[in-house]
Amino acid sequence: MKTRDEIIGTVTDFLIEEIEIAPEMLKDDALLKDDLGIDSLDFVDIVVIVERNFGFKIKPEDMANVRTLGQFYDFIERRLNN
Amino acid sequence: MRRVAITGMGIYSCIGGNLEEVAQSLYAGRSGIGIDPQRTDYGYRSPLTGIVARPVLKGVLDRRLRTNLAEEGEFAYVATMEALHNAGIDPDFLRDHEVGIVYGNDSSARAVIEAHTIALEKRDTTLIGSGSIFQSMNSTVTMGLSTIFKLRGINLTVSAACASGSHAIGLGTMLIRNGLQQMVICGGAQEVNYLSMSSFDALGTFSIRTDAPTRASRPFDAKRDGLVPSGGAATIILEDYEHAIRRGAPIIAEVAGYGFSSNGGNISQPSDVGSQIAMERALAESGLSTANIDYINAHATSTPQGDAFEAIALDRLFGSVRPPISSTKSMTGHECWMAGASEIVYSTLMMQRSFVAPNINFETPDEHSAKLNIASQTIEKRIDAYLSNSFGFGGTNSALVIKKHE
Repeated sequence: MKTRDEIIGTVTDFLIEEIEIAPEMLKDDALLKDDLGIDSLDFVDIVVIVERNFGFKIKPEDMANVRTLGQFYDFIERRLNN
Repeated sequence: MRRVAITGMGIYSCIGGNLEEVAQSLYAGRSGIGIDPQRTDYGYRSPLTGIVARPVLKGVLDRRLRTNLAEEGEFAYVATMEALHNAGIDPDFLRDHEVGIVYGNDSSARAVIEAHTIALEKRDTTLIGSGSIFQSMNSTVTMGLSTIFKLRGINLTVSAACASGSHAIGLGTMLIRNGLQQMVICGGAQEVNYLSMSSFDALGTFSIRTDAPTRASRPFDAKRDGLVPSGGAATIILEDYEHAIRRGAPIIAEVAGYGFSSNGGNISQPSDVGSQIAMERALAESGLSTANIDYINAHATSTPQGDAFEAIALDRLFGSVRPPISSTKSMTGHECWMAGASEIVYSTLMMQRSFVAPNINFETPDEHSAKLNIASQTIEKRIDAYLSNSFGFGGTNSALVIKKHE
């Protein structure tokens, strides 16, 4: 069980450190693709990082409705807490 | 046929991370060989290797571009940045001109093995990550550099064992000679991680002189006991001579001749006849005679058989003129896929600074090397033209003749 703040902290850390996104870009309404520049290859790496940090595997189809960073936090929170 | 100029060089090797450091090491006869404890743990027969630190590229290169580069690609990036810089090439030039790349590389083991390890453990290939496929292929260097530098010309990796780097320069030369390209980034890269050399170590061809690592690589010496693997990357900018003159480029030297051959036989045994044919072809194309060759950078890796066959061929061709010969592998170890390119950088540095780097550790000649004029010490000498040999598994041979630009 992780709190939402813990999830946001972990995701923020890996987006800054491993995906190398500028911290000021990380707003809840930022679009993953258009605002943060996360492309399909970056997403392959995010699958690996999420598995390492949260212990579950993302399938691309699970992420179909995840467009913003806020929705990404929601997605992880749902997967962890269900 | 068009003339081919060398207008830039860059180097990242175990004897220095740039041209100046490497030139000083060559002059001083300084070895870059040491011991890698990981090789002992992994079960290598010999832990000896060239010691090459991985360059730190975080903050220098964008993550996406970096993720696609294997270790040898990182070495090649550093060497190519230096070469482009001293050729006077900037991003605007690369945007406005069609520049190609032909680079030697013949393995990229780490990414392959790491991907396999993840798949075995996780039973899910999606956890391998995005960079592995681009790092796993021999063409990782040309894929990576062509995207980093936004190249639009020929884009090709040459895999020809330990002659890869030399053939890459030869093929780049042919493309320019025939008017198909005006500028080609050429070179060779070699990984040095412990995963990359285990199967070569298995053949028992590596030196085990672990009590004195810097004395382990001793080409042509009677007491040699094998080669020392090494790595890094070397880049040469080849350019159409007239194009180089027109843009006021610094012309360092000229590629005068490229010769190649295949031995037509054994996979690991060299041939005096095959190597001689490559040398004769390179000389013929250059229009120079053996008497015009002021220095020979031998392929000699420090294996008894390889050194002997090359010595026989060199004596047969050059026995009457006896130019100074050295194998810089005595200092660098055998840089394998990179060696044919790095040895052009080493020899061209000698040409620029008028010295012959020593074949260190050459103390006791054997019956073949006794017939050659091997430079065991640094010699101050003007070099107007030199020959550089590269031979590889499968019997592939390449020779290059480089001459000074006047």
